[in-house]
Amino acid sequence: MPRLSVLLIRTALVYFAVGFTLGCLMLVEKAVRIDPVLWRFFDAHVEFLLVGWTVQLAMGVAFWMLPRFEGGTSRGNEPAAWTAFFLVNAGVLLAGLGSFLGLPQAVSLVGRLCEAGAALAFAVHAWPRIRPSPA
Amino acid sequence: MPTLTRWLIKTALVYFVASLLIGVLLAARDAFGLSPALAALMPVYFHLLMVGWVTQLIFGVAFWMFPRYSKEMPRGREGLAWAMYASLNAGLLLRALSEPMHAATTAPFWAGVLVVSALLKWSAGLMFVANMWKRIREK
Repeated sequence: MPRLSVLLIRTALVYFAVGFTLGCLMLVEKAVRIDPVLWRFFDAHVEFLLVGWTVQLAMGVAFWMLPRFEGGTSRGNEPAAWTAFFLVNAGVLLAGLGSFLGLPQAVSLVGRLCEAGAALAFAVHAWPRIRPSPA
Repeated sequence: MPTLTRWLIKTALVYFVASLLIGVLLAARDAFGLSPALAALMPVYFHLLMVGWVTQLIFGVAFWMFPRYSKEMPRGREGLAWAMYASLNAGLLLRALSEPMHAATTAPFWAGVLVVSALLKWSAGLMFVANMWKRIREK
């Protein structure tokens, strides 16, 4: 497994553990009313699990498994994939934690722009790898 | 395909169908003015779809396809993985039952079941991470 896939998938696992923990806290709060402030984690819970976990895991597996170039020695435009890694994580943190920390709405907007940029960068990387296998 | 993967993926398929049927029920509530109490099924619908189907499918494929842990334990600690499967699905089923019941009755019993469901799902997530972490490594 290439280094970038290891980073993407392990980071996804961290978001998964944190997102699941936040979800557990909110569900317990719903049942026994610990402190309603826990609901401020809601946006982070959704962002961490949908983008930080599911999307990032898919990126990691795709980077690893999609067809390679030059007899299997090259994954093509790797800088674009690294850019996607940095942008998606900046985006998840900004969009997920912005509302919890009471930051201006513009912070969440910047987070979403980073996530969109990550999607674009990853598409630039992956597009040429989606092709028929050599005969 | 390992036995646990077959269980995870087939169980995920059951949640896939069940969650989308709940989605139909939620849409019918809006369309036909059915009981507003059915709105309590919304978080159940979403979690059965995203955890029961999507996440459990990921668990199944990851357990099967990710790099092997070692020759002796190719898929890590299988006992832990089976405990994860049991905990995740017990948690999901208890949640699907207790969350609407808690909304409808606020009885302490259902609050307790809801807490148990939360802890079961959470522990399943941690067991998955613990078992997979060392399988995610460079060749």
